[in-house]
Amino acid sequence: MNYFLTEDQQAIVETAREIAEKKIKPVREKHDRDDSYAWEVVEELRKADLFGVYFHPNYGGLGGAGLELVLVVEELSKACGGIALSLAATALGAFPIILFGTPEQKKKWLPDLASGKRLGAFTITEPEAGSDATATKCTAKKGGDFYILNGVKNFCTNGEVAEIYSTFASTNTSRGARGITSFVIEKGTKGFTFGKKEDKMGIRASSTYELVFDNCKIPAANVLGKDGQGLFVAQATFDISRPGVAAQALGIGTGAMNEALNYAKVRRQFGQSVLSFQSSQHMVANMATRLEAARALLYAVTRAMDVDLHASVEASEKSGKTVYEEMKRVGSGRWTKYSAMVKLFCSDAAFDVANDALQLCGGIGYMKDFPVEKFLRDAKITQIYEGTNQIQRNEIGSMITKELASKGA
Amino acid sequence: MGIHIVVCIKQTPATSNVQIDPVTGTLKREGMAAAINPFDEYAIEEAVRIKERLPGTTVSVITMGPPQAEESLREAIARGADQAFHVTSRAFAGADTWATSYTLQKGIQKIAREKGPVHLILCGKQTNDGDTGHVGPGIAAWLGWPNVAYVKKVESIDDKKVVVHRMMEDGLDVLEMDLPAVVAVIKEINEPRVASLKGKMNAKKAAIAKWTEIDIEAEKSKIGLAGSPTIVATSFNPPPRKGGVRIEGATVEEKAKNLVDKFQEMKLI
Repeated sequence: MNYFLTEDQQAIVETAREIAEKKIKPVREKHDRDDSYAWEVVEELRKADLFGVYFHPNYGGLGGAGLELVLVVEELSKACGGIALSLAATALGAFPIILFGTPEQKKKWLPDLASGKRLGAFTITEPEAGSDATATKCTAKKGGDFYILNGVKNFCTNGEVAEIYSTFASTNTSRGARGITSFVIEKGTKGFTFGKKEDKMGIRASSTYELVFDNCKIPAANVLGKDGQGLFVAQATFDISRPGVAAQALGIGTGAMNEALNYAKVRRQFGQSVLSFQSSQHMVANMATRLEAARALLYAVTRAMDVDLHASVEASEKSGKTVYEEMKRVGSGRWTKYSAMVKLFCSDAAFDVANDALQLCGGIGYMKDFPVEKFLRDAKITQIYEGTNQIQRNEIGSMITKELASKGA
Repeated sequence: MGIHIVVCIKQTPATSNVQIDPVTGTLKREGMAAAINPFDEYAIEEAVRIKERLPGTTVSVITMGPPQAEESLREAIARGADQAFHVTSRAFAGADTWATSYTLQKGIQKIAREKGPVHLILCGKQTNDGDTGHVGPGIAAWLGWPNVAYVKKVESIDDKKVVVHRMMEDGLDVLEMDLPAVVAVIKEINEPRVASLKGKMNAKKAAIAKWTEIDIEAEKSKIGLAGSPTIVATSFNPPPRKGGVRIEGATVEEKAKNLVDKFQEMKLI
């Protein structure tokens, strides 16, 4: 379907697709099997400027926003949703800096993230704080112009390979949710090490690590936003980052469907192609319809959000205030409801479509020689991370309730 | 310090399965999608890699061809070349490899006059339509420069010398040449990158010089069909290969026995 992409957006899609076809497809099986990181693909993404599509030109970016990121992640994920995370999780690590960074902080970290020279990561989950981020146990104690971090973060996507981490720790344990503060921590900081590497069901080409902070001293200049504003930083980040997960899911679902269609077309049973059976056709019709609906919702929400984002980023570059402050000034409301909707809808669609794609392929679909089982394993995570789909429903429900209340209903 | 590289490219049909017109004996190019000759893609990539190794290097691209060949020059810029030159005029039509190499080296001399001395000329080992492999060495002959074809590696390069590895049927030659020189590369030399987004944007805006036979100061008797000494006696599509004989058998031993039986039947053994 024609989504009326601009010439630049079309070039982004073509470039990402070419990398997916030529550089990712030939290596995805190896990295999935070996649980290894696709540095050779990262290098291709760097050379093609794809890391920079959503950054402002002042940091070496191409001046796009959410939709440009979504287009890249979707195309890469059609080939491998795991390898795509090198770029997608870097975006998740970059968004807190884009939204809440001071001019100095942006100048310090964004150029390397925009070029892909250094990868980024975002880490909030702890052993006892998953969906309930207020239960954060990681502490940061202020001492002059620095903080001392102690504690453990787990399930960090791009862990160990990333060099710039957006993280969260409690600076005032007595204040609970209002005592959490957001920090940027660079790999190599004394007292910051990597613990367990997770052995995962899917997205195995992406590295997931435990991060350990042991009396790790961080300059106070690395605080994002204000002391105690951390959970707010996280929520505002999720508002604009969730379309990225949705795009990954959509790519995985589409990739699974494409593989299944190619196979069902040539596979013959009872003297005819498997695709020609009405039961298959109905299945395919449902798969394709859900994916197209997911895409339409994702692009529509991202485009609407980008109008605010573009205006605020431009204004922030001129005023020196943070992008988040400028968003408030342009009257941008919270995007929580819609970003939760795209994440929820796209990831549920992706998992169901990948499941049907495997069913359509029959026995061969279950085998590791064939890429469809990997799509199903990769699809599952998109219903879980960056807020489980149960949390997404909570968010949507609570926003609807709030909207009703504000109308005096 | 940086050097100046000129890459010679050709826009050819985007397939290696080109049909020949049985009446005229020429290649049937009408209606075929066109792309940069695949072997030239390796030459462009190698030039860009040398540029990354030697900061300050300039990569120029040149082609001789009809107006639509400009697309291939823009594609080369998207892949990292700095500037492009299009030698184009009806007078060049029908050129054989002798006239083509004459024309290209005249264009390269003009590039050198306008943009500074050329240290290295890179070509693909051959095109996927003509398949001769003449043009690279031909350019070197016209210029009186040394040349090496079938290069699979540029080991080292500076502004004075280049050391290359040449693939031969019986092994590998490591050769050092003084610059300026001509190098024709094979596909084993690298894996071309995907054109970058900034490259594509530069390519869209780039001003591409268009030069005629007058601009490059070519002698009329040496260009186009009139300047081409080659006479094509005949050319044809080779007949398609017929399917082979399949040796059947339940086990490897049985297959081997059936194969030997077949050889004996054919009186081969």
